[in-house]
Amino acid sequence: MLHERSWHAHLALVLGVAVFAFPIYMALNGSTWDAGTIGGGRMPLYPGAEAAANYGQAWFSGEGARAKGAPVSVMMINSFLMAVIITLGKVAISIISAYAVVFFAFPLRMFFFWMIFITLMLPVEVRIIPTYAVAANLGLIDSFAGLTVPLIASATATLLFRQFFLTIPDELVEASKIDGAGPLRFFWDTVLPLSRTNIAALCVILFIYGWNQYLWPLLITTSPEMETIVIGITKLVSTADAHTDWNLIMATTVLAMLPPVAVVILMQRWFVRGLIESEK
Amino acid sequence: MAEVRLGGVTKQFGAVRVIHGVDCTIADGEFVVILGPSGCGKSTLLRIIAGLEQQTSGQVFIGPRDVTLVEPKDRNIAMVFQNYALYPHLSVFENMAYGLKVRGTPRAEVDTRVRRAARTLELEALLDRRPRQLSGGQRQRVAMGRAIVRDPQVFLFDEPLSNLDAKLRVQMRVEIKRLHQSLRTTSVYVTHDQVEAMTLADRLIVMNAGRVEQIGTPLEVYTTPASTFVGGFIGSPPMNMLSGRLSASGDSVELGDTAVALAGAFPTHAGRPIVLGIRPEHMSIGGRSRLSASVELVEALGADTLVHATTGSAKDIVTLRLPGDARVDRGQRLAIDVAPANLHVFDRDSGQRLGR
Ligand SMILES: Nc1ncnc2c1ncn2[C@@H]1O[C@H](COP(=O)(O)OP(=O)(O)OP(=O)(O)O)[C@@H](O)[C@H]1O
Ligand SMILES: [Mg+2]
Repeated sequence: MLHERSWHAHLALVLGVAVFAFPIYMALNGSTWDAGTIGGGRMPLYPGAEAAANYGQAWFSGEGARAKGAPVSVMMINSFLMAVIITLGKVAISIISAYAVVFFAFPLRMFFFWMIFITLMLPVEVRIIPTYAVAANLGLIDSFAGLTVPLIASATATLLFRQFFLTIPDELVEASKIDGAGPLRFFWDTVLPLSRTNIAALCVILFIYGWNQYLWPLLITTSPEMETIVIGITKLVSTADAHTDWNLIMATTVLAMLPPVAVVILMQRWFVRGLIESEK
Repeated sequence: MAEVRLGGVTKQFGAVRVIHGVDCTIADGEFVVILGPSGCGKSTLLRIIAGLEQQTSGQVFIGPRDVTLVEPKDRNIAMVFQNYALYPHLSVFENMAYGLKVRGTPRAEVDTRVRRAARTLELEALLDRRPRQLSGGQRQRVAMGRAIVRDPQVFLFDEPLSNLDAKLRVQMRVEIKRLHQSLRTTSVYVTHDQVEAMTLADRLIVMNAGRVEQIGTPLEVYTTPASTFVGGFIGSPPMNMLSGRLSASGDSVELGDTAVALAGAFPTHAGRPIVLGIRPEHMSIGGRSRLSASVELVEALGADTLVHATTGSAKDIVTLRLPGDARVDRGQRLAIDVAPANLHVFDRDSGQRLGR
């Protein structure tokens, strides 16, 4: 029954992949032609000969015929630092708060839990004006602290860790107590190693989340030295003139995709394990 | 090694009282089994000894030391849990060594002690494995290894064998007994398995609904149950309980229209309602008895034959354990004989033992 249908299933999958992959192919393809060919609307479906020139220009200067931007190398480093700081910060903060909520009985514990939970319902956009005001008053504009700290508090990651911690058997906690481990020791020796796969999976998701940040960096950075790659791409696109440096944009876009793809590929094994397996 | 003493220990969860004042002393080197039905508070009591649960009132002593307010890690105890509670990410060696490591024991000594424990428990070949690469019985042995390497004053076991299959359970039971005989560490062992309790215990603590019903050696508890609860709980099949009334002189029991003579006399309870307890194996057929019953069901087990019968007048169900070659048929009328010395008399209202 299932076997007979696999032909159709395959066709559906191939079509799906084609639909998703085509724009990416077009970006790759576009990055190999000169601006005139693309701008004229007659870009062939096969690669052109300008790849080296386009990538070199994007990476080292970022300046096209009209567009003026920071070099991709600078923006990539900015984006990378931002994503890494957000990822590490989120994981650290959320694992610690989940640990407190699950393993300690303190006054108003459920209150704090619900406070964290409720922030889930408030997306960044809702609190962006007050957050901006606070960040500006603290002098965080055009700094990595300003780029990352306001994004670090994470209800989602806290909830994820909480759900995982709830599956750690009470008896394991008690065995550890009898073995003489205090709360910090238990965290370090038992909880952290058991959370390894969860942390890895979360790192992948959060890295991509950080890398793709748009609205907040747009507000908080003004100088070209602090520009992130996502902002850089949009600035390239929004040149008022008819002549847009599509070749440069495509090259920049392809470069911008590489780190998230690399992270997913490198962490794939861990990522999948974190999603399907809990080591108990 | 040390004795363990509980003084007036009670425990309440919110408004619900689950332990109602337990007093007992467990002697140095003794193996005591806490036995009782599910939910009677055995685990809670054990966890109070461990310090994992704070008692509502009362005191706990380990040796001469009052540990009522002492943290579990400072009580010098080790506990073996029902689900083993091994650290999944550590090897067998590291699992056993962890408690020593946390306490800052020098590396060389950790090594010797873990290896010695591993030898005792035949775990030497498994030291590098993770818990999930072990069978249930092996995990249980690692859990015991983790307890013994620390050489604590008291071992606490909470139903450690209940996740194992029947055969392994018997084998581990023997191992635990042997271990105790060589180490002589004071042990408190919780179970609801009678056979485990009878075979392991130096003394039994029988609990019911948060109270201690009886403390004694397995044989004492079996031969002189302190209450109808103990009589009914210990022994399989359980003790037969027949409702009756003491005669005016207090030396015989009226069961419906038959009178059964007792070995002793209970003049203070003359005329009062009582329960007469008789072990199935103490009933035989024939002789001079006036207790008659008709056979309902016969279970031939080979070595024994269990006969379920209803008594003539009172319509109580009784079970007899007869020799395997006894020939009894359904519907047959039996004349049951019991030696007076094997009749247990309990007060019907309180359930307390009056005597024989
Ligand atoms: N944390 C708790 N909160 C509320 N009630 C509890 C708690 N722990 C145990 N109880 C109650 O206390 C009573 C005794 O529980 P306990 O676990 O000691 O029983 P037990 O004799 O070990 O039973 P079992 O043989 O099933 O393990 C039960 O009625 C249980 O519902
Ligand atoms: Mg229990």
